Amino acid sequence: MPLDKVTQVAQTKPWHGDIPVYGQYTFGIAGERFFRDIKDKGRIMGAECAACNLVYVPPRIYCERCFGELAKWLEIPNRGVVHTFTVAHADLDGNRLKEPVVVALVKFDGVYGGLVHRLGEVEPDKVAIGMAVEMMLKPKAERTGSILDINYFRPIQA
Amino acid sequence: MRKVAVVGAGMTKFMRRAQETGKELAWQAAGMALDSCELTLKDVDCVVMGTAPDAFDMIHMKAEYLSDGAGAWRKPYMRGFLGGGTGVFVANQAWYHVASGLFDVCLVVAEEKMSSCLPHPQGAFVTCWDQFTESPLGTSLLWFFAWEMNRYMTAHGITEREIAQVSVKNKKNALDHPCAQLPAEITVDDVMNSEVMAWPVKRLDVSPTSDGAVALVFASEEVAKRITDKPVWVEGVGWCLDTMYIGQRDLYYPKYVEYAARMAYDMAGIKDPRAEIDIAEPYDPFSYKELHHAEGLLLCDKGEAVKLLVNGETQRTGRQPWCPSGGALGVGNAIAATGTMKVAEIFWQLRGEAGKRQVPGKPRKGVAQAWGDEMQVGTVIVLGV
Amino acid sequence: MSEKVKVWPGTPLGEKDIKEKRILVTEWQPNLKYAWDTGIGYGKYFAELKKGRIVGTRCAKCRRVLLPARVFCEWCFRTVDEWVYLEDTGTVNTFSVAYTGTAAERLKEPRIPALIEIDGSHGVAIMHLISEIDPWKVKIGMRVRAVWKPEPEREGAITDIAYWKPI
Repeated sequence: MPLDKVTQVAQTKPWHGDIPVYGQYTFGIAGERFFRDIKDKGRIMGAECAACNLVYVPPRIYCERCFGELAKWLEIPNRGVVHTFTVAHADLDGNRLKEPVVVALVKFDGVYGGLVHRLGEVEPDKVAIGMAVEMMLKPKAERTGSILDINYFRPIQA
Repeated sequence: MRKVAVVGAGMTKFMRRAQETGKELAWQAAGMALDSCELTLKDVDCVVMGTAPDAFDMIHMKAEYLSDGAGAWRKPYMRGFLGGGTGVFVANQAWYHVASGLFDVCLVVAEEKMSSCLPHPQGAFVTCWDQFTESPLGTSLLWFFAWEMNRYMTAHGITEREIAQVSVKNKKNALDHPCAQLPAEITVDDVMNSEVMAWPVKRLDVSPTSDGAVALVFASEEVAKRITDKPVWVEGVGWCLDTMYIGQRDLYYPKYVEYAARMAYDMAGIKDPRAEIDIAEPYDPFSYKELHHAEGLLLCDKGEAVKLLVNGETQRTGRQPWCPSGGALGVGNAIAATGTMKVAEIFWQLRGEAGKRQVPGKPRKGVAQAWGDEMQVGTVIVLGV
Repeated sequence: MSEKVKVWPGTPLGEKDIKEKRILVTEWQPNLKYAWDTGIGYGKYFAELKKGRIVGTRCAKCRRVLLPARVFCEWCFRTVDEWVYLEDTGTVNTFSVAYTGTAAERLKEPRIPALIEIDGSHGVAIMHLISEIDPWKVKIGMRVRAVWKPEPEREGAITDIAYWKPI
């Protein structure tokens, strides 16, 4: 069948469009309580599964291993350890960031899970896996019930 | 192929907006399904997840996101996605997971959280239409249903008033469903006077968008007989897809539902579905759809479904109840979860456990059907005791 | 079993719960834009629309016209055999009088989306809009003709046809 020959890329016209929706997420039963505790009481809570001997952070209403309902919550110390980290130089759209951002997975003693957050008050080239860090909250008046109520984690001063 | 039975079921309420995350909804339904047959997560060999567009929950790869709530931690896991057709398709998938001999117990979870998608979940359907030749015309999903309803009415000389009786019947049936979102006692006049959204579709012809989850437990014959006195056997499964190009198929009849139904009936050894099927749960996201799909399910001749509706044969006390649950119109339409709700309904009905919705006369065979995707898929399951 | 269950899980929320911040929510707008390649078939379809013509393709084996133009027949899975130029008149296969738009918003003035069987294709329909008629007078089976945008305004898109009007 005879086809038209296209000799320049500019001749192939793509069709432009987008999908006009945005997301509004409820935090859920567990999330509601977890974030209100950070906002109002400045503390991180975990949920305990006695059957599996695990404490979940972030807390959930069920244990993923035994499916049991998790009713018991306990306060987690606000100090943890850098399990792994990266230094980000580009934003979500691929643009170069003015200042690189260190993003880490922080794990807590005796906890199954951890929190992903930024590291602050530290030079990127001074960050190491295993570093002890502590949570730095925003002032209470600025907290809205969000993971950003935590400003960042910083190395524990000796 | 081994014999497979449904041995347990559970579901959450269907709601306009749930506080629970999708994971929590999945766990609530799955936990209930396991409790209903006294199994634990340890007894589950594999998990099948049904959930429709990621865009509804606004979570990329949402089956993975839901996996821990669906009990799939470190288990073989598979997601099926056929839009609204998913709800019955996950049951079909569970069937072949077990029938093949690979697994003995399969947990099925179907979930949807449409309330996360703003300004309206319908916006996520923008590419349900062809993005080149259709979306630029400012398409709304409702237009498709309006076209189909118009074609169906005109082809058979059926009126809007007659079709409105489906909404009346199903919303009334839903009054007896503890999870129903929009149960109500309404009249044909209420439907006729409701807001015209895209003629001939009016507000009370349409099922609501919902958040909800439903779960089922499938087991091999050997296991089923150990855990329950009332296994509900999977007798036939079927699924079929038609062309994506709307202009190339006549909308007045869902041929693809017929092909899926034939596949399921052949497997079940059913020669005369009108006589052999005791209860049916055709997918009813819109009022006319119940009739459209019932014809595709070969429960009557083309154009005749409305006669059965009008003379009461499809009421719960009638010869062959259709949507005794209250259907999507009454219970709610949490897209993927709706079809699974219908399978759960057949399960409960055949075991005599449907409470106030129980259809009299000890029904022995039921068919559940779902539809959706790009408006061209039929998925069917036949259950029997 | 379902009769024994007393409490069915799920916590329904109302509009006020979110508006009045009784529960926490977080929002996110994805920055997603697309540049979809039209492909060979649609590429030619749009190039011809710009010239004021509707083109389809023919599969000789299945003896049918494919519209909009596509290069393989999904019935027999062969490449199609030739381009086919069609008329810009047709018959209404189905239609709606629509008061809702893409994001379920209400339209003040109704639009008339329709499937129109294009003359020359033996019954294959495309989607478009009907205008210049009282919406409540539209009938299945009605004959319509395309109203093209003036040539300088055409860009190689389905909207190069502004709408269809009764013949």
